[in-house]
Amino acid sequence: MRVRCPFCGERDSSEFVFLGDASVRRPDPDAPEAAARFVEAVYIRDNPAGRYAELWYHGAGCRSWLTVTRDTRTHEVFAVELAREADR
Amino acid sequence: MRYSLLSLVRQALAGHRGWTPAWRDAAPKASYDVIVIGGGGHGLATAYYLAKNHAIRNVAVLEKSYIGSGNAGRNTTIIRSNYLLAGNEPFYEHSMKLWEGLEQDLNYNAMVSQRGVLNLFHSDAQRDAAARRGNAMRLCGVDAELLGAEAVRRMAPFLDFENARFPIHGGLLQRRGGTARHDAVVWGFARAASELGVDIIQGCEVTGFIRQAGRVVGVETSRGEIRAAKVGMAVAGSTSRLARLVDLRLPIESHVLQAFVSEAIKPLIPGVITFGAGHFYISQSDKGSLVFGGDLDGYNSYAQRGNLPAVEHVCEEGVAIMPLIGRVRLLRSWGGIMDMSMDGSPIIDRTPLDGLYLNAGWCYGGFKATPASGWCFAHLIARDEPHEVARAYRLDRFATGHLIDEKGQGAMPNLH
Repeated sequence: MRVRCPFCGERDSSEFVFLGDASVRRPDPDAPEAAARFVEAVYIRDNPAGRYAELWYHGAGCRSWLTVTRDTRTHEVFAVELAREADR
Repeated sequence: MRYSLLSLVRQALAGHRGWTPAWRDAAPKASYDVIVIGGGGHGLATAYYLAKNHAIRNVAVLEKSYIGSGNAGRNTTIIRSNYLLAGNEPFYEHSMKLWEGLEQDLNYNAMVSQRGVLNLFHSDAQRDAAARRGNAMRLCGVDAELLGAEAVRRMAPFLDFENARFPIHGGLLQRRGGTARHDAVVWGFARAASELGVDIIQGCEVTGFIRQAGRVVGVETSRGEIRAAKVGMAVAGSTSRLARLVDLRLPIESHVLQAFVSEAIKPLIPGVITFGAGHFYISQSDKGSLVFGGDLDGYNSYAQRGNLPAVEHVCEEGVAIMPLIGRVRLLRSWGGIMDMSMDGSPIIDRTPLDGLYLNAGWCYGGFKATPASGWCFAHLIARDEPHEVARAYRLDRFATGHLIDEKGQGAMPNLH
């Protein structure tokens, strides 16, 4: 599996560290159901078979956090963006 | 047909023409008392113990492919009960005890071989951790021996003891641990369950659940609707996919784990040996092949195949611990999809939906758990209360904080 880093170009996946689901957001701790939302954010995952947006860190390269959209059934990578841009 | 020396002699004299199929390949009926989804070791063991321990014999096991085609046929066949935490150790020891009597119970040769599991340690800190684990095991009545380097050398003189970076200081040995023949475990449970009246239905994929008044009352499958008072899921690897059909989201990620087999060599490795400085485990099959594995690839996957960096990493670990295998050729590698739970421990519990029961999250420790998983899941389904040794495997522990995090990694499923 190869990942096309926006800075470094196409690189072997072993240069990257995988974190997980890119859709997770830290809940507002002051919200009324904050406890339940933190359980969701920390532990509960959609875990889809198919298209999945996930966070990868290019530790052996430019050290950017990336949002990689990938198919979990085939390992095909559709898109790679800088995480902070994907988040906008 | 009961297997015995007598039946073997009789068949030998008759030219082996009288053997009958070991189990019945059934067609689905309209309804059952219990449906177990998943014809792997856990699902078949569940059906067997439902019939044997709880006299519930109107049971169907639904398998989308052929039995044992998932992780039951894709593991490294290790059995052991060397866990640290109180939520785990009694469960795995229950499993170990079931392994010890399994072949007599099933009347099937599962090739259970208690050849010992040796976990090496490479530093003083690791020795302390091994001693702590060994003491925790002994407090639960499980055998554990802390060996120094000399004792390890007598068992396995071929290890690289003087490795500059990871010298071997000793190991924690569980003599009762070992290996079992994974396919035979599946076939043995299938045969024993089938003899008690369980329907084993292959090529039958569950495509939906039938719900009535908030209760699950059956499943839709590729072979039509099947009703049941209770439905149990034992589909580790695909749990999230199936649970999504009833809008259930779970603390599980699916990851690929690769395993490897080398060409056959003469007897070398006495039992199971694990490398403490990395994550590597190796044993030798009766055929002579080295069977080994390491870490997950590390990214979510349903592909049942991994990538080359993990292959390279595992082989490096193997050569670091035993340089003499450097020129042994790799024969095969394969990938299985693991239900990686958020604390590294399994779930055997009811779900929020009445009539639906969950057996999931085995990470990559599912094979050794097969008998106890079936035993405890059958108990839960039959009696609607958890078995004593599986009480900690609750689905709500992630919300209540009662995690069973054997490795202390936190909610990072790819690191457990």
